[in-house]
Amino acid sequence: MSYYFTILSPTDVPLFNIAFGTSKSGGDGIARFRFPDTAQYMNQFIIHSSLDIVEEAQWMNGNMYLKHIDTYPPAAAYITAFLAPSGARFLLLHQPPQLPSTTAPGNGSSSLLGSSFSSSALSGGSSSRASSSSIGANPTSPQTEEAVRQFMNEVYENYVKTMMSPFYRQGLEIKSPVFRSRVTAAGRKWL
Amino acid sequence: MAHPPRHSAMLSLSNSGSSANSDKQQPPQQIQHIANTGLRVPSNRKTIYDRHLNRSRNAEISRSSFAFLFGEMVTYAQRRVTGIQDLEKRLNEQGYPMGLRLLDLLYYRTITSSTSSSLASSSTSTAPPNRPLRILPLLHLIHGPLWRLLFNRPADALEHSVSPDTPNEYMITDNDPLVNAYVSVPKEMHMLNCAAFVAGIIEGVCDGCGFEAKVTAHNQPTELWPGRTIFLVRFGESVMEREKVLERAGIK
Repeated sequence: MSYYFTILSPTDVPLFNIAFGTSKSGGDGIARFRFPDTAQYMNQFIIHSSLDIVEEAQWMNGNMYLKHIDTYPPAAAYITAFLAPSGARFLLLHQPPQLPSTTAPGNGSSSLLGSSFSSSALSGGSSSRASSSSIGANPTSPQTEEAVRQFMNEVYENYVKTMMSPFYRQGLEIKSPVFRSRVTAAGRKWL
Repeated sequence: MAHPPRHSAMLSLSNSGSSANSDKQQPPQQIQHIANTGLRVPSNRKTIYDRHLNRSRNAEISRSSFAFLFGEMVTYAQRRVTGIQDLEKRLNEQGYPMGLRLLDLLYYRTITSSTSSSLASSSTSTAPPNRPLRILPLLHLIHGPLWRLLFNRPADALEHSVSPDTPNEYMITDNDPLVNAYVSVPKEMHMLNCAAFVAGIIEGVCDGCGFEAKVTAHNQPTELWPGRTIFLVRFGESVMEREKVLERAGIK
């Protein structure tokens, strides 16, 4: 599973973006998109093309977390949206790996969080492997939606902290390395 | 009324200096990471991301320091202005970014605190609050939670314009705005209302929620309340059109 996360200002200016891979089920946290490395702009293209749907959905539904809103089948890209009350859009593109890889050796150290998922979501026997792979394999499953929600909430907390900085004006790019490391940590924790 | 409370509730924004010594624990790997990037961190090794947003939730600042600060803000805005309208515009612009920030802070605090009163009256304590989609929930948000965050009490009245020509005008009344408590306006400037700053905050909140609006502050003294201020909220055309569409779609 590879992820591309971006924050857009109310006026569609990209404020922050980051690409990362899954850390669940033995993932190494490195993004491997289906496009070659020279075509990474495709992620931005796909994610920005879902803005129309976000703007439609945002007036139909008052939740901050809009869940899975758009799919781009040619690239098997799924887009999930979260709206900050002050108008910023958090968009997450997730793309399952091309092959249904069976290289998930559920190592012991990463099962710490996986098992907490499994206890709530699935009551599978081999806890870590079953729950982790369900997050990765099925981007529209309730488990995935929940994991993304947790991720979005954690990013939102850090976003509010950025907003509260007197040196930050709305619409400025978020350059803080601390913010970036916090988002990376949230991705490692939940996705 | 002889002794106004010394520590009256005002902006419960983060209190910068005094909170430094309150908790010392700190994830060590975070420090390491920051040190490696060459980023300069404060002497207590805490960036804004290490501070908790809810810590200052019930913190209050003294009314005198607020009055002093606000006095300086008015003086600052008064430099190089051409008239009263210009001065009010500058005060409004000072408040606007605060509105955007308070909006996010307000929601964050409602999500994270299960004990406090929820933003929307309809939502239960477990569900996260909804963003306002229609005008009325937005105004209730301003009248209630926002006013409580700023002044520790709700605003005094919320009215809709009775004139059929101006269905886009709403009025929020504050009988005794805190910002004007220590401002004495000279006679020749009697039109001035320094609560234009608060009007700017309201405008920021409306804009942040996607409701384009112009907000102005007007004096409307009564016998009982000589400092009564009306905040006139004028929504834009696009908002009124959307309001009609949403009403037909049955969205609350």
